[in-house]
Amino acid sequence: MRHFFTILSHEIRMLLVSPSTYIAAVLFLGVMGFVFANILADYSRGPQQMSPAYVFFQVFWIPVFFMVPLLTMKCISEERRLGTLETLLTTPVSTTEVVLGKYGAAYFLYITLWASTGGFFSILDRFAGDARFLDPGPLIGGYLFIAISGLLFVALGVFASSLSRNQAVAGILAFAMLFAVIIGLRFLEGTTALDAESLSAFRTAVDYAQVFTHLGDFSRGVVDTRHLLFYLSGTVLALIFSILGVEAKLLHS
Amino acid sequence: MPDSSPAIEVRNLVKSFAGVTAVSNISFTVARGEILGFLGPNGAGKSTTMRILTGFLPATGGHVSICGLPVATRADEVKRLIGYMPENNPLPEDMRVTEYLHYRGRLKEIARSKLGDRISEVLDLCDLKRVRHRIIGKLSKGYRQRVGIAEAILAEPPVIIMDEPTIGLDPHQILIVRDLISRLRGKMTVIISSHILPEIEMTCDRVLIINQGRVVAAGAPADLRREILGPSRYRLEVAGDTTALAALIGGVDPSLKLDVIGEPDAAGFRALSLATDRDSDLGESLLRALAADSRFRFRSLGRDHPTLEDVFLAATRRSWDVVDAPQSSK
Repeated sequence: MRHFFTILSHEIRMLLVSPSTYIAAVLFLGVMGFVFANILADYSRGPQQMSPAYVFFQVFWIPVFFMVPLLTMKCISEERRLGTLETLLTTPVSTTEVVLGKYGAAYFLYITLWASTGGFFSILDRFAGDARFLDPGPLIGGYLFIAISGLLFVALGVFASSLSRNQAVAGILAFAMLFAVIIGLRFLEGTTALDAESLSAFRTAVDYAQVFTHLGDFSRGVVDTRHLLFYLSGTVLALIFSILGVEAKLLHS
Repeated sequence: MPDSSPAIEVRNLVKSFAGVTAVSNISFTVARGEILGFLGPNGAGKSTTMRILTGFLPATGGHVSICGLPVATRADEVKRLIGYMPENNPLPEDMRVTEYLHYRGRLKEIARSKLGDRISEVLDLCDLKRVRHRIIGKLSKGYRQRVGIAEAILAEPPVIIMDEPTIGLDPHQILIVRDLISRLRGKMTVIISSHILPEIEMTCDRVLIINQGRVVAAGAPADLRREILGPSRYRLEVAGDTTALAALIGGVDPSLKLDVIGEPDAAGFRALSLATDRDSDLGESLLRALAADSRFRFRSLGRDHPTLEDVFLAATRRSWDVVDAPQSSK
């Protein structure tokens, strides 16, 4: 694993010198700021039941759908398209180190972007001066949810990137996978087709894998190990498939 | 002992992609410190063979070892012994030259304390000092190519594999690259593939010509020339009775034969071609004999120097015949 940190620091460095990172960050903060401003506008009109942090994290899927594919679509497909994957893998570096290094860098950026939304809450705290708006439970729970679910979402993006040398295809694929996990499973839960007795095991599985339910639990301060297991095992699986994807492409190149 | 083993040993290497055989039964060895030129038309299997040597592609069959280590089972150790520059020399577009070399040096496990010195050494060697802080994507082709070479020799590996290092360079840059490769002679084992045959002829100790995934000729350029093109030739322009010439030439050296006789030009001179299987130069004795004989006037004598290009064309043509023959008989 000695090369993991070399690759990780290199990738983070390349992200930080790339203008596209800053454009993406500005757009992300713009969209989230707009969402946050709207929430505050609602609160100024009248008292609400939930704290602003709870409502804010309910829309986590908006940035996930466009940020994760944008951050990850480049990471492996670009290297393969340019041929630099060949020079990379002919050094004493394993595929695992390459995939983990790139994954780590993408996750780092994802978390950094989300962490910067903490500024919204600090501004709110500074100017509203009302402790009721800053209920620490949903706030910490929300960020914890973002950090843990981000592991899986970014891993899915890296997996998509390992499947295609075309960045656009990788991006769309990542979007489709995220959509399936976040919205698709929710839709599946609502269908009556799963109500049959023989499908009850499947039904239970689908009920567990509800991202919005997880978010609700985290926001209430419930950190369920089943949720942790869902995201961690999903992450490990997606990363293993990414490594296999890179290696399989070498075998059949 | 890995230390006494040849730098590269390839036995019965086979590689097929989805039913297409790219490399079929190639065997060769490269001694330590030797520079081997890899020649072949497009699609002959040069790049595939090189990729298998680096451990990047797995072979379908056969045995490959680098410095005594089998590539198939100990790829991690083999990768530490190899500096590789792939075809088309892929480089990241948005890094500076020194940054890139630093990153690659770290990946190649050069100690941090030695890396700075080594990078400036390599920059010097490849004449990259002036562009060290430029972004690679903005460099000209020649500089990019040299960045690729610098990267390959960075960790001072015992074996260097370069796939077409001189492609797209101007003559001045080719000269620099040639010097660079010659400077590695004796210290590192180098395999280069190229289409520029004089390049190979000038830098390489030994040449391997492959076609259709098979080795069609191997050896030092001079040996190949003799083996494939046969005896050496002289060109002569003579005026006079050519029927008497045969006897005169036979008197100079019994192995000399009058091969081709051209038509006389306006001044009565004919272009003649003489063949011999002798290696020593017969030019002087030929000149003396012709000058002593008053029946002939001559105006030029020269020895033919077949280039590697002729050898290459002859060898690959021969292999096409071999490969095509069984198919056409069906």
